[in-house]
Amino acid sequence: MSKYLITIGLETHVQLKTNTKMFCGCGIAVLDREPNTNVCPVCLGYPGALPVMNREAVKLTVMSGLMLGCEINHVSTFDRKNYFYPDMSKDYQITQQAKPLCQGGGVTIQTPAGPKRVRINHIHLEEDAAKINHYARFSGVDFNRCGTPLMEIVSEPDLSSPDEAMAYLLALKQILVYAGVSDCNLEEGNLRCDVNISVRPEGQAQLGTRAEIKNMNTFKGIYAALEYEIARQLATVARGGVIVQETRRWEPDLGETQSMRSKENAHDYRYLPEPDLVPVALAPEQVAAWRAALPEMPAARRERMMAEYGIPEYDAGVLADARENADFFEAAARLCGQGKTVSNWFMTEIMRLLSETGKTITECPLTPAALAELVVLVDTRVINGPTAKELLPELFREGGMPDALVRARGLGQVSDTSALEGFVEQALAANAKSVEDFRAGKKAAAGFLVGQVMKLSKGKADPQLVGKLVAEKLAGLA
Amino acid sequence: MSHTIDVAYVAELARLELSPDEKRTFQQQLETIVRYVEKIGELDLTGIEPTLHGQSLVNVFREDVVVPSLDRERFLANAPERNGSEFKLPKIVEDA
Repeated sequence: MSKYLITIGLETHVQLKTNTKMFCGCGIAVLDREPNTNVCPVCLGYPGALPVMNREAVKLTVMSGLMLGCEINHVSTFDRKNYFYPDMSKDYQITQQAKPLCQGGGVTIQTPAGPKRVRINHIHLEEDAAKINHYARFSGVDFNRCGTPLMEIVSEPDLSSPDEAMAYLLALKQILVYAGVSDCNLEEGNLRCDVNISVRPEGQAQLGTRAEIKNMNTFKGIYAALEYEIARQLATVARGGVIVQETRRWEPDLGETQSMRSKENAHDYRYLPEPDLVPVALAPEQVAAWRAALPEMPAARRERMMAEYGIPEYDAGVLADARENADFFEAAARLCGQGKTVSNWFMTEIMRLLSETGKTITECPLTPAALAELVVLVDTRVINGPTAKELLPELFREGGMPDALVRARGLGQVSDTSALEGFVEQALAANAKSVEDFRAGKKAAAGFLVGQVMKLSKGKADPQLVGKLVAEKLAGLA
Repeated sequence: MSHTIDVAYVAELARLELSPDEKRTFQQQLETIVRYVEKIGELDLTGIEPTLHGQSLVNVFREDVVVPSLDRERFLANAPERNGSEFKLPKIVEDA
């Protein structure tokens, strides 16, 4: 069998973080909201009801475009996409076809062969459809979701494997969450994907006939659907069959894509300019102001944090992964001037506490100032590492400042040689066997004795000083 | 005579059932109308920006502030059939 090339393009629908719908003042309904409680004549499509654009939705779409390196169309218009389906009661969806808000741009992904640029064709703004619930003998419509602002990011067919599609989606999600334009919460349906897939023999320039798989909202599902569909198309071609252009549906329970019953001409949407909405004209100064307010891109932040705080690439990558983590890290690192130590605390203890509690760093009372102070207390040898490690979970759960806790509880470390020498004597006397072992050449026994001294000091001894004293004492005995 | 509009096709897309007589009548009438509009093609329009909207307004926005929604009983009262507080429909076989 000759080698085949795989071509994948994604249409990603992202729910924008607005308070209200795209064209009316109804609130955005959360998933468990009672049916048909967030609706009005506009989103129900009553004749005569007029849509009015949500300024914030336009701003968030343009900001996304700027983050993704798109060109912003200075004049942008809306169109009607006509179709008959009960999820859209006015029988058309308001979308942008001729002049979308953003064009061009792209996302860089990492592949085994190196970085790869995935181009974006355009980004447009549209309204979401209603939710149809299917029951055994009838269906029911809930219009709560109808009219929710959706931004559709259409990629060029630049992806060539399910892995690349995942890398693209993850990069996209990270950028959008960074920019604060969407929560990209998949469980809530904030991010949904249509994928286009085709295969063609190597050496053929023209793309093969594509199949489209609609409306998937889990990364796992998208990956599995792509794998299945690629295998299906390759098998079809291998036995001399022909791929038909069609829309398919991913059936997660069956683990396969199925052809959706498609009426002829159903795809002729008869787009026409939306007469109820006037064009959006964006002044260059407005776009410039939004551009100036953009957050740093994750990749740029990773590079800068490595240079600025001297932290390894791995740490910088993990920290930059979520904007709130990077913000917290940088605030603490700037306060105490010890980036690497702050990073160590964040990457181990704080990450563990976050995963145990299922919280994000912004949801817990620990402040960057408290972490910075903790680092300084250890660095200036006011407290030792183990004490700091014990204090952190408390600061994480209850807040407060470590210095105050240390004073209130007398947790300051004991660095007084005379006080510690007593503990050393005591430890050596109580563990004669270990002393013997050490003399017989078992150097590890010294570590055990240091541990015993720490225990006698109730954890408050300066471990370095104890190490030195124990070593001296043992040397004297030898 | 070339066709500028296919009435049978447009009627199908619009879910209109037309008799053969109606199809012939509308074909003739709509063609006249479309031809009339197409007269604009006879003009030299080089360098003229297409009109985007009948109004010369731009940027009509609302602020992103929630206003109360409608009491659902008021519009559910119009539903031919209800399933609780949903609009009830015949079972839908999903199509593309």
